[in-house]
Amino acid sequence: MAERVLMTEPEIRRALARIAHEIVERNAGVGDLILVGIRTRGVPLARRLAEKLEELENVHPPLGELDITFYRDDLGRRALHPVVHRSEVPVDVNDRRIVLVDDVLFTGRSIRAAMDALMDFGRPRAIQLAILVDRGHRELPIRADYVGKNVPTARDEEVQVRLTETDGRDEVVIVR
Amino acid sequence: MNRRHVLDLDDFTADEIELVMQTTDAMKEVLARPIRRVPPLRGKTIVTLFYENSTRTRVSFELAAKNLSADVVNITASASSVTKGESLVDTIRTIQALGADVIVIRHSQAGAPYVVAQHLRGSVINAGDGWHAHPTQSLLDLYTIRERLGPVAGKSVVIVGDILHSRVARSNVWGMTRAGARVTLCGPATLMPPLGGDGLPPVTVDYDLDRALEGADVVMALRIQRERQTGGMLPSLREYVERYQLTPARLRRARPGALVMHPGPMNEGVEISPEVAYGAQSVIEDQVANGVAVRMALLYLLVGERTTELAAAPAPVGARR
Repeated sequence: MAERVLMTEPEIRRALARIAHEIVERNAGVGDLILVGIRTRGVPLARRLAEKLEELENVHPPLGELDITFYRDDLGRRALHPVVHRSEVPVDVNDRRIVLVDDVLFTGRSIRAAMDALMDFGRPRAIQLAILVDRGHRELPIRADYVGKNVPTARDEEVQVRLTETDGRDEVVIVR
Repeated sequence: MNRRHVLDLDDFTADEIELVMQTTDAMKEVLARPIRRVPPLRGKTIVTLFYENSTRTRVSFELAAKNLSADVVNITASASSVTKGESLVDTIRTIQALGADVIVIRHSQAGAPYVVAQHLRGSVINAGDGWHAHPTQSLLDLYTIRERLGPVAGKSVVIVGDILHSRVARSNVWGMTRAGARVTLCGPATLMPPLGGDGLPPVTVDYDLDRALEGADVVMALRIQRERQTGGMLPSLREYVERYQLTPARLRRARPGALVMHPGPMNEGVEISPEVAYGAQSVIEDQVANGVAVRMALLYLLVGERTTELAAAPAPVGARR
């Protein structure tokens, strides 16, 4: 299996820094923002974004993590149900602006599931989406508000995001 | 979880128990939400089939299934065709034809859930069969201990009361030992089953509660049924109370902070004194609340494609129009 590097550690760092700036600009600060990472790799990405936002605005936005297993639309088609974890949304989401954070945007089905999961916690004022890699091939009408990198891919290729917190190092690769 | 049924804990591995515990953690988080409902079992049908009276177990399963968005049908033997003489297997065939993905069964006859498992294409959960097994009770007991005291391995658990007639005790002997706890069974000799010959894992037996309680981390009192006295197995309830009631004085022999448990329903003033039942060390209400979460975990883990695929009747050849 051939592997090609799409993003290196400094590229990931710069992309997250840019996204943090865009979030501040778009929302005129971080006043009522909550960052919610989608398990597994959205969680450390959300944490990093929160730190960058604190550097910029001196406010550390609340962090949440979402396990979307219950909301997946392919649950009934799998032989075994996957292991499920707790979701943690530490503050009331009602009337807050939420930035969902995930590593790869592909079919859009995970994001649909994440939005359904979030709605079960309340009625946010708005939900925005921050993604490290957008690889195309959407199956639902979903697009990201903040994108680290757009990468054209073939449907049968696999994009892997590796992060220090979960994988020991930072890089994005494409496997074919 | 790579199994279709939950009939007893004798065939559960330590890893499987751990998977149920971790999944129960996620379910507790769902139960703490303002809207306690998630969608993973949408379109699935769970049937509860109870041949014995029960409030907490049946309601617990019903809530668990509804919290996962399943459809629930409750059948009690007294209100069904069972009173017209329909056999268990016929009842199962009927329920199957109506499209059940999981049957939760309670029956006074030990082994009944095993018979159901042989005739059902879906999953069976044993909610108590005779004196034999009550696996979901044991799993919720394990979860309650783990939640309060951390890992169950190495803990000392005393189960006191009518061991002979207790499916809770039997399943807990399997579950607790598999999870690495040390189990002591305590009660009058007339209410102690013959141990060692029936394949149960090794446990300590002590007929003296004061001695058994020394250093215990968990004390579980079992319900004493008043019929046992008329059946000649107890000289008198007063004598039982004298020797085996869980009282504040006795509880002080256990570890400080030891947990007090009871599967319910309680006979206050018989096997447990009210001060202990409602005291600071009692986790009896936690057991009831955790029961819903544990049953959600089991339903979630059992119902995958495999069960739906098997439960769907194959189309007859040439039936396509």
